[in-house]
Amino acid sequence: MVFVLAVFVGYHVVWNVTPALHTPLMSVTNAISSVIVVGAILAAGAGHIDRGTILGAVAVALVAINTFGGFLVTERMLEMFKKKDRAEKSQ
Amino acid sequence: MTISANQVALSYLVASVLFILALKGLSNPLTARRGNRFGIAGMTLAVLTTLAITQRIDLTIGALALGGIVGWLVAHRVQMTQMPELVAAMHSLVGLAAVLIAIAVVNNPMAFSVDDPIPAGNRVELFIGTFVGAMTFSGSVIAFGKLAGLGKVSRLFSSAPVVFKGQQIVNLVFAIAMVGLGIAFVIATPGGHWPPFIAMTTIAFVLGVLIIIPIGGADMPVVISMLNSYSGWAASGIGFSLNNPLLIVAGAMVGSSGAILSYIMCKAMNRSFFSVILGGFGAAEGAATTDTQQKAVKSGSPEDVAFLLGNAESVIIIPGYGLAVARAQHAVKEMAHKLAAKGVNVRYAIHPVAGRMPGHMNVLLAEAEVPYEEVLEMEDINGDFGGTDIAFVLGANDVVNPLAEEKGSPIYGMPILEAHKARTVIVNKRSMASGYAGIDNPLFYMDKTMMVFGDAKKVVEDIVKAIE
Repeated sequence: MVFVLAVFVGYHVVWNVTPALHTPLMSVTNAISSVIVVGAILAAGAGHIDRGTILGAVAVALVAINTFGGFLVTERMLEMFKKKDRAEKSQ
Repeated sequence: MTISANQVALSYLVASVLFILALKGLSNPLTARRGNRFGIAGMTLAVLTTLAITQRIDLTIGALALGGIVGWLVAHRVQMTQMPELVAAMHSLVGLAAVLIAIAVVNNPMAFSVDDPIPAGNRVELFIGTFVGAMTFSGSVIAFGKLAGLGKVSRLFSSAPVVFKGQQIVNLVFAIAMVGLGIAFVIATPGGHWPPFIAMTTIAFVLGVLIIIPIGGADMPVVISMLNSYSGWAASGIGFSLNNPLLIVAGAMVGSSGAILSYIMCKAMNRSFFSVILGGFGAAEGAATTDTQQKAVKSGSPEDVAFLLGNAESVIIIPGYGLAVARAQHAVKEMAHKLAAKGVNVRYAIHPVAGRMPGHMNVLLAEAEVPYEEVLEMEDINGDFGGTDIAFVLGANDVVNPLAEEKGSPIYGMPILEAHKARTVIVNKRSMASGYAGIDNPLFYMDKTMMVFGDAKKVVEDIVKAIE
């Protein structure tokens, strides 16, 4: 049920995104998909260190690259779009 | 640290809402940055909440710091022209993480509050999350290799489609084997689930490679969107098996968002989704080019172009892949600036698949600080070409090919920028080689067309010098 709703919301929201912002959209959805880090944290935090927690920690590290990298690079891109707004105003 | 189940559910709900607001914010350049901040807030909340319900956080904190530093470095160092590679690499990480988490769940379900032995329903979900994750990983690695131009390292990364006889049958056999093993995993007796699980995951990795290698460089915008979608479904699948609503919701949103982008890209390239997946485009159509090689083209120097541009009243610049590769966006901006100072009306026309990923060209022009209002989408500017003095095509080819309007042409029906309707057309290319579609472009042989050969950046810089 929740799943269907989320698909619907994603569908509805993304159609309204201007093509100019498709690259930032992709990097932001990519960052959001790193929410899978939640599963990785559960694995890494499962008590005594064994195969499972080590795997979890590796997964956390991998996804963290994505989380930080994804949001930061989106910020960097959008900063460029913002610069243009400033340039427009000063003209 | 302990918080109640209700508090966890509430935090996850708030995080989901923040993710929705993040996507919504991206719909407009003015709210986009706020959207990104919502996304960051949602992710922070999700991570902190999860940390609060785990037994040990030392490993997680260490791993987060390590990955965070790498991510930070990557985000600050990457060139905007390399965004497609970066995004492909990141998709692969999500896919791999999904597989690792699935292994951890099979290893110790109790750690995830899943019953041991794992109920059949959760096994089905685990199976789906794992194979989608594995295919996302290996497929993204191949896509990354193709985008980064690693064709010399391995033939698997060649930007040309890699096809072999019986490819689709091999894929089908693998897919059936994978599903069979998945079923074996679901019905396995306790203790007997590892062999089918490992075999299934291995086949999924191979299958990910097989479905991406036959896809040519031109279809990369579709592939990236598609893998974006996969990474979301993988997260969602893992979310189902862990009964975690946040993962389900966020994953499904990403999944549907990627699917829509794939659809938009396919439409912009006049390709059906299945023909992209089945691959081989560009290889089959090559024969059509031979008969036109003898035709004469008019070519000119950058100085000639500078003269023409300087005397025009209106110019529409059509940037394409060649401009992205040559990193000429800053030079182009300077040229436009000089022309504007002379009273020329300069605008940019962006085809939806210009560049190497959806919206890539807009980012490159934004990087060069080209004002937003000068950059127009295809539908908004196509009507204006007829009244324009010069259409200046920079490193684009198929997206301005008038053959798209002729029935029987391989690209018939593909939406194009109608550069051929301008009074004069100037085309910069490195050579007369055909574009990705592998077909010739009559635009280059028109009487009103002047070709300027050479690297886009070099040519534009020479033009800038020549504009007095």
